[in-house]
Amino acid sequence: MFNAMVAACISRGKLVAMQPSIDQIWKWLDGVPDPEIPVISLVDLGIIRGVSWQGDTLEVAVTPTYSGCPATAIINLDIETALRGHGIERLELKRQLSPPWTTNWLTDKGRAALEEYGIAPPTAAGGPKRCPQCGSEDLKKVSQFGSTPCKAAWRCNDCLEPFDYFKCI
Amino acid sequence: MDKDLFQYLLRLGDNTLVLGHRVSEWCGHAPVLEEDIALANTALDLIGQTQLWLGLAAEVEGAGRDADKLAMLRDIWGFRNLLLVELPNGDFGRTLMRQFLFDAWQVINLGRLMKSSDPRVAEIAAKASKEAAYHVERSADTVVGLGDGTAESHARMQAALEYLWPYVGEMFVGDDVDAALVAAGVVPDPASLREEYDAFVGRIFATATLEMPESRFTHKGGKNGAFHTEHLGHMLCSMQWLQRAYPGASW
Repeated sequence: MFNAMVAACISRGKLVAMQPSIDQIWKWLDGVPDPEIPVISLVDLGIIRGVSWQGDTLEVAVTPTYSGCPATAIINLDIETALRGHGIERLELKRQLSPPWTTNWLTDKGRAALEEYGIAPPTAAGGPKRCPQCGSEDLKKVSQFGSTPCKAAWRCNDCLEPFDYFKCI
Repeated sequence: MDKDLFQYLLRLGDNTLVLGHRVSEWCGHAPVLEEDIALANTALDLIGQTQLWLGLAAEVEGAGRDADKLAMLRDIWGFRNLLLVELPNGDFGRTLMRQFLFDAWQVINLGRLMKSSDPRVAEIAAKASKEAAYHVERSADTVVGLGDGTAESHARMQAALEYLWPYVGEMFVGDDVDAALVAAGVVPDPASLREEYDAFVGRIFATATLEMPESRFTHKGGKNGAFHTEHLGHMLCSMQWLQRAYPGASW
């Protein structure tokens, strides 16, 4: 569609840059799921640190969650695939290390989606507030680490279900 | 200056690379599943930090190498890691004791590097220090749990501490590389970290009912490349196997 719009502008004999707005691009990025936790988007995860037009090139700043997270390469590929699918032709992804990612950047929408999915969202207290399955607050830490770098393993003492807790860093 | 910074970055990157590989050797072998996962996650963080440090080292060197080339195409004499991290894993207790001795130094050193006059160093330190803080929480807890555990676990942890302690001092030995970078405000003086380190690990050992050795004798030579233990070569054979068998292979 975007290409068609550009073509229409050119056909009227005038080349007008029809750049999608920054708001529109954030919306598109909010449609890109995290490859390991697909119920939240990359925007929910808080790793998109900036979107801007530099001339006719779209620059997207992305920060890694954990320095060794193997999903980082897939995330960059997914961003690129999604934006190219929306007609963005000139795109530059920049790795931004500073300030380092913190779980404080998770959106409220993302936190709610995590809990709904069965992953307890991070809390400043350093542990889950309640069991994402039954809501009980009688919980036990099984391990500080879990199935991905961003999670820890916990168990509910009431419903006895094990569950993931999104580490707070 | 760039030559010194390159050396210093190799030291940081080789520490996390060699320790990361050592810890990854536990994958599928740890005493319980949760510990297996924890060790693999710790190794992953360390390898991630390696990519950042060696990536910057390659950039500073400016000789067309990258983090992968530095990690996979150097032989023993090119490595600049502390001897502590190349020692074999031993039992689970010794692995966690080594992790704790290293983590305790990492959090202190990274905390200082966050104030580096070189912003590239400062930003990697800020990123890595969050992971190191998480690691030390676990390794300190485990040292306390096993030290103040059964008679068997206590004896093993005390033995691990006595075996590893003579390798701790190398963290605090400075040389010309350090001196040049200290003068430029890029890195802290290694010796200046000792007091805080001893106080911190001493507190944990007291809680763990372990006796901290008094000797300050230290094996050294890893960080300046003068001398490595016989263990590093064996480890590199395994770690670099693919690049040695198929030079330049990539995917």
